[in-house]
Amino acid sequence: MIASLFFYLFAAVLVGSGFMVIASKNPVHAVLFLILAFFNAAGLFVLLGAEFLGMMLIVVYVGAVMVLFLFVVMMLDVDFAELRAGFLRYMPIGATVGIIVLLELVFVLTALFTAPDTIAGAPDAGVNNTRALGQVLYTDYVYLFEAASLILLVAMIGAIVLTLHHRVNVRRQVPSVQVARDPKTAIEVVSVPSRKGLSK
Amino acid sequence: MIPVAENWEVADLNIGILFIFAVASLEVYGVVIAGWASNSKYAFLSALRSAAQMVSYEVSIGFVIVTVLLCAGSLNLSEIVLSQDSAYGALGWYWLPLFPMFVIFFISSLAETNRPPFDLLEAESELVAGFMVEYSSTPYLLFMLGEYVAIVMLSGLGTVLFLGGWLSPIPFAPFTWVPGVVWFLLKVCFLFFMVAMVKAMVPRYRYDQLMRLGWKVFLPLSLAMVVIVAGVLKFMGSGA
Repeated sequence: MIASLFFYLFAAVLVGSGFMVIASKNPVHAVLFLILAFFNAAGLFVLLGAEFLGMMLIVVYVGAVMVLFLFVVMMLDVDFAELRAGFLRYMPIGATVGIIVLLELVFVLTALFTAPDTIAGAPDAGVNNTRALGQVLYTDYVYLFEAASLILLVAMIGAIVLTLHHRVNVRRQVPSVQVARDPKTAIEVVSVPSRKGLSK
Repeated sequence: MIPVAENWEVADLNIGILFIFAVASLEVYGVVIAGWASNSKYAFLSALRSAAQMVSYEVSIGFVIVTVLLCAGSLNLSEIVLSQDSAYGALGWYWLPLFPMFVIFFISSLAETNRPPFDLLEAESELVAGFMVEYSSTPYLLFMLGEYVAIVMLSGLGTVLFLGGWLSPIPFAPFTWVPGVVWFLLKVCFLFFMVAMVKAMVPRYRYDQLMRLGWKVFLPLSLAMVVIVAGVLKFMGSGA
């Protein structure tokens, strides 16, 4: 009873904040609504008994990804009104992607009813779900997991290559050089004769 | 959430440490939103700094926690404490075998709670007071309260992970009669005292040095320790 009450609460806020993400005028507000949406999704995971996934959603998305997202959005001056102007032009491609995602969701849901075996059920009661998830991920799906991490690595290196340009003529701090400085080479003691100044 | 003594906790979650880590990772939003909402340059700069700083040090704290979890074999905070219970007392706790990680954890938690020498976001000499510049009375009080609560929380987490929680440092008769909560509070006070002493002793870091320390020193070091600890546990056969 209470669980279903919480489910409707989380689900309602999730849908509401998801709508506000695309409806809000200010991009920073949109990001904040997205964070709220992630929170409620984590709540839904916990209700399902997948507390590890729920916590990971908060740690990774809310704690790190969205912070960087907020960072970027606050720095860039995104004007949503301008973006909306091109709405009709991008409508066909957006609609195509939307329909594909919708169809996929429908397939998953129908598979749940027509062929329940294709979707792995809940793990045994005795095993806690962090351990169960680890076992499935690192034994049954280890190659797929490695492939996913390789893709992420390529994306990361790509981002670095795109943004890194090594500027010359910039003074850089090299701590090892600083530490290795020797008083003998760094300073020169000159004895100046009185009233004559330096000979040079 | 953090077990103050055996079975003295509000909720004994299986994923206790993840929950605490998740909630601690939300700390940054207060600073970022406060800085952005002030609509002024100093506060905004401070918000940007905090976003980058807290995210970077959270990564190394995460890896430190992973090494401890590898040794303890559980995400449950009580079980982490119990796995440090041995005949050697204080020498059996994780701070000794995982000493580099303890140091990294301590320094990272300074950076995570924006304490000196990493208080770049309220650096009064350059940013006036950073994100707090537009806030006074109650909002200011809430910021300070949040900061100190975060310090106590991370000290408590450090106690559970590295200093054996409520266990007595000397594991025989007169010392084991002392209730666990006393030991726990003493350890938390010790860590808090260290945090306060660092503030008094160390000058403030420069921002690029802070980033360099986080990404180029702590991250590789903690990653290497995860691999080493996992390897040792695997080949010594004592892992979970």
